[in-house]
Amino acid sequence: MAEAIFEVFRGDRAGGQLATYRVPIAPGMVVLDALHHIQAHQAPDLAVRWNCKAGKCGSCSAEVNGRPRLTCKTRMDALPLDKPITVQPLKAFPVIKDLVTDVSWNYRVNQKIPPFEPRHDADWKMFQEDVDRVQEFRKCIECFLCQNVCHVLREHDEMEQFGGPRFFVRVAGLEMHPLDSRSRTRMLKETLGIGLCNITKCCTEVCPEEIHITDNAIIPLKERVVDEFYDPVLMLVRKIRGTA
Amino acid sequence: MTTQYETHEHDVLIIGAGGAGLRAALGAMAEGAKVGVVCKSLLGKAHTVMAEGGIAAAMANVDTADDWRTHFRDTMRGGKLLNNWRMAQIHAQEAPDRVRELEQWGALFDRTQEGQILQRAFGGHTFRRLCHVGDRTGLEMIRTLQDRGVQLGIDVYMECAITRLLKDGDRVTGAFGYRREQGRFVVFRAKSIVLATGGIGKAWKITSNSWEYTGDGMALAYDAGAELMDMEFVQFHPTGMVWPPGVQGILVTEAVRGEGGVLRNKLGQRFMEKYDPKKMELSTRDVVARAIYTEVREGRGTEHGGAYLDISLKPAEYVKKKLPSMYHQFKELADVDITKGPMEVGPTCHYMMGGIRVDAEAAQSSVAGLFAAGEAAAGLHGANRLGGNSLSDLLVFGRRAGLAAAEHANKISSMAIDPGQIEDAARSMLAFFERSDGESPYTIHRDLQETMQNLVGIFRNEEDLSRALEKLEKLKERTGRLSVEGSRLFNPGWHLAQDLKAMLTVSEAVTRSALARQESRGAHSRIDYAGPNPAWGAKNNVIVREGSTMALRQIPVPEMPNELKQLVADEK
Repeated sequence: MAEAIFEVFRGDRAGGQLATYRVPIAPGMVVLDALHHIQAHQAPDLAVRWNCKAGKCGSCSAEVNGRPRLTCKTRMDALPLDKPITVQPLKAFPVIKDLVTDVSWNYRVNQKIPPFEPRHDADWKMFQEDVDRVQEFRKCIECFLCQNVCHVLREHDEMEQFGGPRFFVRVAGLEMHPLDSRSRTRMLKETLGIGLCNITKCCTEVCPEEIHITDNAIIPLKERVVDEFYDPVLMLVRKIRGTA
Repeated sequence: MTTQYETHEHDVLIIGAGGAGLRAALGAMAEGAKVGVVCKSLLGKAHTVMAEGGIAAAMANVDTADDWRTHFRDTMRGGKLLNNWRMAQIHAQEAPDRVRELEQWGALFDRTQEGQILQRAFGGHTFRRLCHVGDRTGLEMIRTLQDRGVQLGIDVYMECAITRLLKDGDRVTGAFGYRREQGRFVVFRAKSIVLATGGIGKAWKITSNSWEYTGDGMALAYDAGAELMDMEFVQFHPTGMVWPPGVQGILVTEAVRGEGGVLRNKLGQRFMEKYDPKKMELSTRDVVARAIYTEVREGRGTEHGGAYLDISLKPAEYVKKKLPSMYHQFKELADVDITKGPMEVGPTCHYMMGGIRVDAEAAQSSVAGLFAAGEAAAGLHGANRLGGNSLSDLLVFGRRAGLAAAEHANKISSMAIDPGQIEDAARSMLAFFERSDGESPYTIHRDLQETMQNLVGIFRNEEDLSRALEKLEKLKERTGRLSVEGSRLFNPGWHLAQDLKAMLTVSEAVTRSALARQESRGAHSRIDYAGPNPAWGAKNNVIVREGSTMALRQIPVPEMPNELKQLVADEK
């Protein structure tokens, strides 16, 4: 039977190294299947997060051959098998053990976002064309791959000043909800630091749900921030009125 | 030994953070309770996130003739009248409000032309009734509940598993568990506990369920002295993926059939004509699962042992819009374009109708202070659940359990925790590390899955079930001798060892109940007792712990008031 060679990160906060495993290949096999095989036969304490195994829950994110992927959707037959397949934890977050990282920062960012607040006169009539745009954002499965590749987080560690693409998508879903009554532009600017994003679209490229994160969420939100805080006409009006 | 552990105190502790657990948390918070939610995975990853087709609620947005009475009747008929009628009534009456509430909390359902929530057809439902968001309804629901909970300030203990309920005399006063991340022990003191731990599918080999579905809540309740009911009724969803091997069992939503998909065997015959000519593909799940199984067994299966499910007769754009995740799932995992050709599908272990026996109004178990809701609880679905009735169940009874748990907590002034129980629970978790030459938990788990798949599957008989009981006994012995490698730091082998104990408890309860019920009804099909038996139609099987043995008895199915009897009997 054909085999694949895996090099999987084994270690914890203190450090670690790649360990080599040989795994028999079955038709249609995905990387998560291989990790389960390693758990069952070679390394029962190999730490991996997973749930649905169908690309719906966003638990099994890792870096396969250096590329951020859902391991449940990464087919082995799409990878070159003449060299070892490396599987490493998401780089942007601290390792807990093996492929499991501490993603709790994301949950703390989420807590800062003001919730949906319906308009007082809402009659709950909404048309499909009005919700299509928001439904795209609500497809997000919180795999945090976008956070992992965003250079503001990955390279510059700006966790304190920046919310990351996942939460721009979340805010876009609230801001563009047809019946929402709040404005979150100030918090986008001040708390989530949307200005730090320079639209390299890395997040959009890795999104397994194919959400157009940059074009449909981030850019329109940036425009809202610009309109509210940097519009020259409005700035002039505010200056004259003394309300700046 | 003095065990080290962290301690937290709550009025209401909720175990499980799927739809039922989160809705229970919101219900208890609305009553002013201090609420803690414990979940085995990260928040938002519970099984609810995988629910696809929709939430059943008689909103009558599409078919204006729908109302709670029809939904009630469909549910009772689907459950072969073994349901707790009062739960079915409450469920049908309250589901529409629960859906509207989700919308008011920010959920965005697909819309009708008039701007209302769109509803689709589903198996066993007389009218188009399922409120949905494409085929990712569960994701919409869990995000909505999760974000609301987070905003209101629930304390969530992520990646934390409970292994024992702590009792003071007859009532629960807390729970013992471990943090998966560091392996540290944790004790929760609580006046009320809600079990919302979902199902048991991971005891079968071919299943749509994730690693979390190991029957923890049912086993915890059983150990604490609560009753389990209807454990023989395990739902095999008719359509799971069958190929390639790695994806075997992954769910193919019933919405494919709801949107017009047809089933054919390898000869091209639309075989549902034989099994249910009236409802065809939209017959109830028990019927469709048996039909596919029978076609395969009789040699009319597809190349990989399933049936063809074809939605490609619909326009490609429509399929991609209404079934986006199915489109991607097949394209990426099976190299099949469902807009162009059929999928191969076969039955997969999906849902547990049975569970913790609770009262209909307050979702309280037979142990004071212990509540249960959602898949972990029994009663609503009887012998077979209709698609779409699970998400509504989570909301309706999650809320009720949360409210009642908070109310119960209000009446409790003191809570005593017995350190002896904590020491004992800790010892049992650490014992796995004491041996170094035992079997791997993964090997025992694989053997358990083989046993349940082969002997306690869709069709059952006395011989198989008796053999299963013997095998389960041996598996229990082996579990007592297994060993775990590595440290307590995020160690899935260790976690599985504990989960195995729960799976063995519920597997035994399923097998004993299945052996006792000498008839075929709903999801329970006995080759040696074909067809329903009216005497069994009046009884529910109940399992309770007596010392270290599992006792089984029968209780009468609660009798419906006359007007509801009439409603169910009506020819419509």
